[in-house]
Amino acid sequence: MAETRLMTINMGPQHPATHGVLRLVLELDGEIIVKATPHIGHLHRGVEKLAEARTYHQIIPLTDRLDYTNAMGNNLAYVLAVEKLLGIEVPKRAQYLRVMMAELQRLAAHLIWLGTHALDIGAMTLLFYNFREREEILRIFEEVAGGRLTPTYLRIGGVAKDLPEGIEGKIRSFVNAFPDHMKEYETLLTKNVIWLKRTKGVGIISKEDAINWGVTGPTLRGSGVKWDVRKAFPYSSYDEFEFDIPTGSTGDVYDRYYVRLREMEWSNSIVRQALDRLPKGPIMADDPKVALPPKEMVLTDIASLIRHFKIVSEGITPPRGEVYASVEASKGELGFYIVSDGSNRPLRMRIRPPSFLNLSALPKMIEGGLIADVISAIGSIDIVLGEIDR
Amino acid sequence: MVEVHLAVKKLQEKFPSSILEVTSFRGEVNVVLPKKDLFEICRFLYLDPDLQYHMLTDLCGVDYFPQTPRFEVVYLLYSFKLNQRLRLKTKVGEGESVVSVESIWKAANWLEREVYDLYGISFENHPDLRRILLWDGYEGHPLRKDFPVEGPDFDKPFVPEV
Repeated sequence: MAETRLMTINMGPQHPATHGVLRLVLELDGEIIVKATPHIGHLHRGVEKLAEARTYHQIIPLTDRLDYTNAMGNNLAYVLAVEKLLGIEVPKRAQYLRVMMAELQRLAAHLIWLGTHALDIGAMTLLFYNFREREEILRIFEEVAGGRLTPTYLRIGGVAKDLPEGIEGKIRSFVNAFPDHMKEYETLLTKNVIWLKRTKGVGIISKEDAINWGVTGPTLRGSGVKWDVRKAFPYSSYDEFEFDIPTGSTGDVYDRYYVRLREMEWSNSIVRQALDRLPKGPIMADDPKVALPPKEMVLTDIASLIRHFKIVSEGITPPRGEVYASVEASKGELGFYIVSDGSNRPLRMRIRPPSFLNLSALPKMIEGGLIADVISAIGSIDIVLGEIDR
Repeated sequence: MVEVHLAVKKLQEKFPSSILEVTSFRGEVNVVLPKKDLFEICRFLYLDPDLQYHMLTDLCGVDYFPQTPRFEVVYLLYSFKLNQRLRLKTKVGEGESVVSVESIWKAANWLEREVYDLYGISFENHPDLRRILLWDGYEGHPLRKDFPVEGPDFDKPFVPEV
């Protein structure tokens, strides 16, 4: 009588295909996964606790470091929550600049995802193509904001500074060239037999399960739910842009791949629309309690100097209350829930990270499947441990 | 706004004694509930054909130390049918527990573990209530207001027992 035993395998936290420091404990019956248990927290920095000890402006750099591939989107979610709390209106030009930067960032984030996901499965060429285009986006960010990975470009009430001279031409040439690059990626993967065999029918999650597990973003849309925060709760003038929500049907790895590629095309189109229709005007809200005065005023006018000093040292004091604001980040719905007690620091700043809930549904996708497919399933939900562990 | 009122109206009809307070701020509706009725109300909101709050977007804790009861557990629900959010809140004292909603929304599994980890609020009937971000054996709950930001033992070296 042969005895059957389950074998337990540890995967990670130092494993290149876990995209950071994710540890998975897999119980195997032969090659079949019986149970998968993710262990997280290796990158826990206590961002929510740190935020309670900082003024509202000082929290913006912390948000860059959550999902470090999507810094502009994180900034946007945070400043939207604070602006909602304050009840201030942001000028149109700043809103369009935010949309433009958030969509460029989405492209950059999806390019990292595509390159690393394909690399995990064995297609190496993609990574070099993707990092080539991502470099162009990061150069644009460097000129606009001064930072590449952590630009900290957004401010409460607007953006840090206006576009520098000549950058619009560079963005436009990137946007014009990008559809051809998309073709290069698709030639390598979309109808590639090896790619199809590794991704079709793998890591399936149904529509109902995805909703019940709180999955959002391309992972939810891959399962066929036509839902996007940009359409459901339009923020930052997204209702003035023309775009569609691509969806999949079966909810497998291939559908999630396909949804993200279509999403990149729409992002590119949104950047083009924002560039074409970029309104003129101020880039900061006209609210002396929130916006810093212009530098030349600080140097010449005593009242402006005092105002600058007060905002920098004391910070802003929103009214008592609680708000939730969310954006469609590259991974899904990123939300900030801020409870204010009327002081210059938040009483509670809760971050609702999309990757956290997407990852919690991973066992649902891989249990019953083959161990070789774990890699493609992890790659397809596009997790970043920086925002899971916070 | 009309749709949110639908949920609140239905709750007030069905559970008249359970709705302690309804507030609205910046267009968001908050409903405060006693924790004994929380599970029933969540199930009603999930199952009711007119409401269908099928997604638990977020679940988190808030510490209002030194008020008593000091904690609040906050549930943010979303209905695809109504395209509306609804926030439920319940007050929890120190050492008390809340009934888990994991059997309604699977998303609550990890979210409740996180609240347990960072606030020390336990959840009844949770299938797998373990620490999630911090390691087993860690002492204290970092998001409590009486927990210092730099940590209680920041100047002591951490040497695990081998």
